[in-house]
Amino acid sequence: MSAEHLKIPVRVSEVAAVNALVTRFSFSAIGGAELPTFSGGSHVIVEFGSCMNPYSLMSSPFDTRSYSISVRRDDAGRGGSLYLHQNLKVGDEGLISHPLNLFPLNLRARKHLFLAGGIGITPFIAQMAQLSQAGQRATPPFELHFCAQSAGLAAYADALKSQYAGRVTTYFDDQKQKLELAQLLQGQPLGTHVYVCGPAGMIDWVRKTAAGLGWPDNVVHFEHFSAPQPGTSFEVHLARSGRTIRVSERQSFLEALEAADLNPPYLCRGGACGQCEAQVLACDGALDHRDHWLSDEEHASGQKIMPCVSRVRGRSITIDR
Amino acid sequence: MSQPILQFKEETFRDDFAYSNSAWAIERFPFPFDKDSYMYAVNLEPHTTGRAGSVYEKSFDVDEHYVAEMRERALTLLEDPLRCQSLPHMTLAGWDLLELIMSHKARDYPELFELHRNGTQWHWINKPLGIDQHFTFGDEATLPYGPMEYITRQSQGDWCVLDQRDGNLWMDAGMVTTQADWSLDFDIGMNFFEWHAPVPMAHELGIFKRALKFLLTIPQGNPARRLNWTMTVNPRHDTSPENYPKWGPDRTTVTAENVGEKMYLRVELQSFWRLPRSNALVFPIRCYLIQLEDLVSQPKWAKRFHRVLRDLPKELAEYKGFERNRALMVQWLSQFDDGGPTSPGVWPD
Repeated sequence: MSAEHLKIPVRVSEVAAVNALVTRFSFSAIGGAELPTFSGGSHVIVEFGSCMNPYSLMSSPFDTRSYSISVRRDDAGRGGSLYLHQNLKVGDEGLISHPLNLFPLNLRARKHLFLAGGIGITPFIAQMAQLSQAGQRATPPFELHFCAQSAGLAAYADALKSQYAGRVTTYFDDQKQKLELAQLLQGQPLGTHVYVCGPAGMIDWVRKTAAGLGWPDNVVHFEHFSAPQPGTSFEVHLARSGRTIRVSERQSFLEALEAADLNPPYLCRGGACGQCEAQVLACDGALDHRDHWLSDEEHASGQKIMPCVSRVRGRSITIDR
Repeated sequence: MSQPILQFKEETFRDDFAYSNSAWAIERFPFPFDKDSYMYAVNLEPHTTGRAGSVYEKSFDVDEHYVAEMRERALTLLEDPLRCQSLPHMTLAGWDLLELIMSHKARDYPELFELHRNGTQWHWINKPLGIDQHFTFGDEATLPYGPMEYITRQSQGDWCVLDQRDGNLWMDAGMVTTQADWSLDFDIGMNFFEWHAPVPMAHELGIFKRALKFLLTIPQGNPARRLNWTMTVNPRHDTSPENYPKWGPDRTTVTAENVGEKMYLRVELQSFWRLPRSNALVFPIRCYLIQLEDLVSQPKWAKRFHRVLRDLPKELAEYKGFERNRALMVQWLSQFDDGGPTSPGVWPD
């Protein structure tokens, strides 16, 4: 399946600095048509210049005049977020994908418990807007626990606290405030679903704590932010087409395939949807798996790789393409 | 043949079975076999708008049987309201579905359907069924039925609305009155593997695991489709387990003399759509029926269908419920098969 025809031409309608690291960008459809309605937790792939990264939609799912994302500047990254921060201005034109939700609300939940770390707040802003939409009957209660380095870096904390009074609690590292997770989880009513979005360490902590307290896996939902990270350069042998290409340090494996006019299918470009899965025939080096799609056994088998985020630490890899 | 103006027919799908396909309906029938044999495959493809006049031309095909099929659905629901069910968490998906169908029908058939929106105040006009409805989007009290039931009483085919959670799909809502011997009331709340459990051979082939992987990531704006098929005696829509005593015995009425007239190829056009607010997946199963006598009017279809039926594995014929009359059909169809080659693809020559 090609994702090509899924793209929507858009124009930047807002660029707003939120804090020292985070900028919000809004997009509206070129030609003024409404954008598709979406569900809270969805992301889009944003394509402007050298940036082709997935970002969670944070605007209300019911406001289809424009979409908003918030981007944290990643100075050590491959340059996608830097490109947006340094270049994007109102009126610029680019492409976004149709929304895809790999972090949806479970609509059977009796209560939604949201745990955000840093810029991981963004999908929850859309989900809380969805749950608060007037006209929806019997919406279950929700609460948000938001961890950040400091008040200054907790994007949207003040606005959320005033909009959802009594349902938002913040924890700032520089004030030595700590989320007492076990205690929080133990106090939840039956039927609660917990959602965590933030750094990998936070996700592991929440999953392990919940599992230790006997929470079943299917009520613990998580979304990694996995824009592809840079690494060392390596060679790719394409067994079927008999070609060899090179992945540069700042290029993702998938981007290198695309640059060579091979167009593997993709939907998320973030290691979560499974579309770009490739069969590994040989590897001179170690597979550096960074996806959340393959199982631990598949990672260990050395037979599959997700080129959107994963790489090779070593000389080369041969894949069945 | 050029596309005629759509004329809705007076038809029945029970008792006297006053049902027929026009020449146009035969020509555009979704014949499902692209080669001379059949085996399960993950035959999913993008549901892009297809060739003009075909059943793929519009998102949700409306044809000459529309009004009669909706009348038949109302009759079936009157006898058995459990053919339409929606678990409490699926109401949002019902509104999503209502929006999807209304907006696509109004866009694709402006002479038949109109949708006027002013914020949440919507006005829906369905000319073939004589419906003119003002309502508030999101407010169930402003419609005579829940949103899913309301719109699927006006849309041909069965509708399964699948909740997506825990890496699986769940049959949590639906309108199912034209089914090939399965029951929504039995399957409600089941997951993808549970409701497919009775299908022979496909599990071993890994078909369902691969199909589920694909379905879970269907994005908005990019629906997919596949065809499925079986045989039915008489042009009956309601071949449900609940009513088996009414239609099961029909299979004993087929003879060498009446087989071409009694047996119908029943093709399901199944499509898969991501719903925007609920993230549910809706799965319309649109049923097309064609009498064998009409099918053989296309020589390519006659030859190919003879070979498919003749060579089909016994397990599949038994599961599809026509092993009993297979020999009769193969014998009858053989008179149209000269053994010559058939052209590639599904379209008639």
